[in-house]
Amino acid sequence: MTAQADDELWSAIADPSRRRVLDLLVSNDDVSASWLAGRVPFSRQAVSKHLAVLEQAGLVSRRKQGREVLYQVEAGRLDQATRAMADLAAQWDRRLGAIKRLAEAAHAQATKSEGSHTSAQGDRHDG
Amino acid sequence: MADLVIEREVLIEAPVEVVWRTITEPDQMSQWFADRVDLVVEPGAHGFMGFGDQGGPVVVETVDPPVRFSFRWNHPRGEEPVAGNSMLVEFTLTPEGAGRTRLRVSESGHELRAWPDAEKQRYAGEHQAGWAEYLDRLASVLAKPSR
Repeated sequence: MTAQADDELWSAIADPSRRRVLDLLVSNDDVSASWLAGRVPFSRQAVSKHLAVLEQAGLVSRRKQGREVLYQVEAGRLDQATRAMADLAAQWDRRLGAIKRLAEAAHAQATKSEGSHTSAQGDRHDG
Repeated sequence: MADLVIEREVLIEAPVEVVWRTITEPDQMSQWFADRVDLVVEPGAHGFMGFGDQGGPVVVETVDPPVRFSFRWNHPRGEEPVAGNSMLVEFTLTPEGAGRTRLRVSESGHELRAWPDAEKQRYAGEHQAGWAEYLDRLASVLAKPSR
């Protein structure tokens, strides 16, 4: 189940523009908002907003160098986020596997009873 | 297949009607999903899924036998689930030749549903390779010595 902290992570990452900013930060450490704004198709103001959301979610951190504010990705937190995504995918794979087994077993049984007896109790086939 | 966070699929050697029953009948659901499934599979129906001593409310969204079944969950208790506060789980069943079914599940969340189409398309495009790539790049970041 999704905890509140995960929700924050997820919605921070779900936005494609923020993903773009995050991507740039993953491959370039210690960069400024203006540097980022020069590499994305949206305004400097939008970049700052995205950075604030990412920072809130713990995915990036900032530090001051002289008069500049530099941003960097928080690898541990990003790792946690990607792991959460991978876990969720794995969870659905397990569920789909179980559905497959159940449905195939039910089908095999129905086919078998159709072969020997025409109407098995409680298993109607209309039309 | 745009706008989604997670999408997985499986090919099942059984007709759609059988797969449909497996995913929608509560006594079947309790075998592959939650420990306790208290749910009437009707659009708008409110139910509950229990996982051990945890669990939460579920609200059925679409019931279109035998091709589509969806519900929302992970919304705050006491609130009605809407696009902004819940996760949408959608099952799609597609017959594949005689007696085979492709079952696809997606779980999408939060602001994704509210995105304009252009954004969704862009996200979908990025999404295919997206996470695998992310993990790769992440691994290289993690491999960097920490300061």
